Amino acid sequence: MPITWSATHDRQGLDIMDTEITLRVDGADHRLTVDTRTTLLDALRERLGNTSPKKGCDHGQCGACTVLLDGRRANSCLALAVAHDGAEIVTAAGLATDGELHPMQRSFIEHDAFQCGYCTPGQIVSAVAMLEEAATGWPSTVTFSPPDGTAGEPDTGPVDLATNPDEIRERMSGNLCRCAAYANMIPAIQEVARS
Amino acid sequence: MRPFRYERATDPAGAVALLARSPQAAYLGGGTNLVDLMKLDVARPDLLVDVRGVTSRAIEELPDGGVRIGAGVSNSDLAADPLIRRRYPVVAQAVLAGASTQLRNLATVGGNLLQRTRCVYFQDVSTACNKREPGSGCSAIEGHNRDLAILGTSPDCIATHPSDLAVALAAMDATVQTVGPDGSRAIPLTELHRLPGSEPQHDNVLTHGELITAVDLPPLPFAARSYYRKIRDRASYAFALVSVAAAIDLADGQVRDVRIALGGVAHKPWRATRAEDLLRGGPATEERLRRAAEAELADAQPQSDNAFKIPLARNAIVRTVLDLTGTAR
Repeated sequence: MPITWSATHDRQGLDIMDTEITLRVDGADHRLTVDTRTTLLDALRERLGNTSPKKGCDHGQCGACTVLLDGRRANSCLALAVAHDGAEIVTAAGLATDGELHPMQRSFIEHDAFQCGYCTPGQIVSAVAMLEEAATGWPSTVTFSPPDGTAGEPDTGPVDLATNPDEIRERMSGNLCRCAAYANMIPAIQEVARS
Repeated sequence: MRPFRYERATDPAGAVALLARSPQAAYLGGGTNLVDLMKLDVARPDLLVDVRGVTSRAIEELPDGGVRIGAGVSNSDLAADPLIRRRYPVVAQAVLAGASTQLRNLATVGGNLLQRTRCVYFQDVSTACNKREPGSGCSAIEGHNRDLAILGTSPDCIATHPSDLAVALAAMDATVQTVGPDGSRAIPLTELHRLPGSEPQHDNVLTHGELITAVDLPPLPFAARSYYRKIRDRASYAFALVSVAAAIDLADGQVRDVRIALGGVAHKPWRATRAEDLLRGGPATEERLRRAAEAELADAQPQSDNAFKIPLARNAIVRTVLDLTGTAR
């Protein structure tokens, strides 16, 4: 695919490589010109004004920037916007429908599953994606039983999260919470997993 | 981050040709390590060639009974694949032991193998590091080296290779398929990564522009009973202090074949061939396993803060293989 370039210069006289991309964010199409260095996170926050994904570490270590990228959860701080031209993105702000909070958002409120709230949008997007992954039969390290000398057929069916908090802890380990509100996140997620 | 041009390749040959335009060019897969290193000013490509649309995203059976994994397969899809889970569970387990789902969704198989060390000095441009800047020295040898290598180190570098997947693939005798300016070739996984020696800037044997297109797993029926044990400072989302990928083929209580590879101990996935050789042809008892593990680790050279890795690796080998034999604790 040919890409049209327009090179300008920044204050140090270095080339800035701009390119035009399209992003569909929370159901709305946006056309924007980005420097190739722009991450998806910066494009969302600084260019499109969607401050729902948060910049925590900016190095893929905390998960505060988690969004659904073409249906899968991803750290938007490590994704270059130019590499995701045409992508469909859902942020925590886009989970609500017709003014109704997503069940996961309601459950986080009901269970007091946050303190300062900075990591919460990432936690909620991650939890929503996790339920989908478990329903699809995606395993985690917890899903694999330790070996007992036998080689059985793997169970590739849906993974039950509602009754297995260890699965939730493992699958949510990419989202850190410095207030350590984890204790209430587990029941909040379990409740949505049950319904 | 320094400015760079971005190009999307449409086929492997085109990708190789694009990359040849600049000695500083780099392939872009999921970007989870590369983009981070660019933010840290450790990686300074002037051109990124996006290869996500170039290499296969399929996992297919090979005519010889093995399995071919396209280099563009995401880490998540690899771990969830029913064929991989059934025939090579150690591979799925190793992938799932690394990173988080968010990262595994972005990360590719090819990129996983080519990720750089997480040695803190390599990632910090204010310090000396022979891998990042050849000839500048190694800050780790007299610095914080608790996480670093005990086997195959050199006076110039004690970094470890961070991939979990590569450890499992080394145990399985996987082969890496590449295409580059000089054509295509197949490289045994155990020969893809290298020991640091006096050139720690080279993590692997790939030449500039050489692109991983697939990873082939050979048929290995006994790998259906295999396991990846990762020991780390927290239960999840951390790099290995020590990890073990193992598979065992027992017949009448005797070890007919066994595969053991270690992670977190060397500049490359460490295939424990010495231990394997000692184990074949006898029973898989705790005593024999301990002796085999000790023989494998006999040449270990610990640094000031990581001598604990020697007994840890020994115990991890013994426990992991014993568990596979079904020996009760």
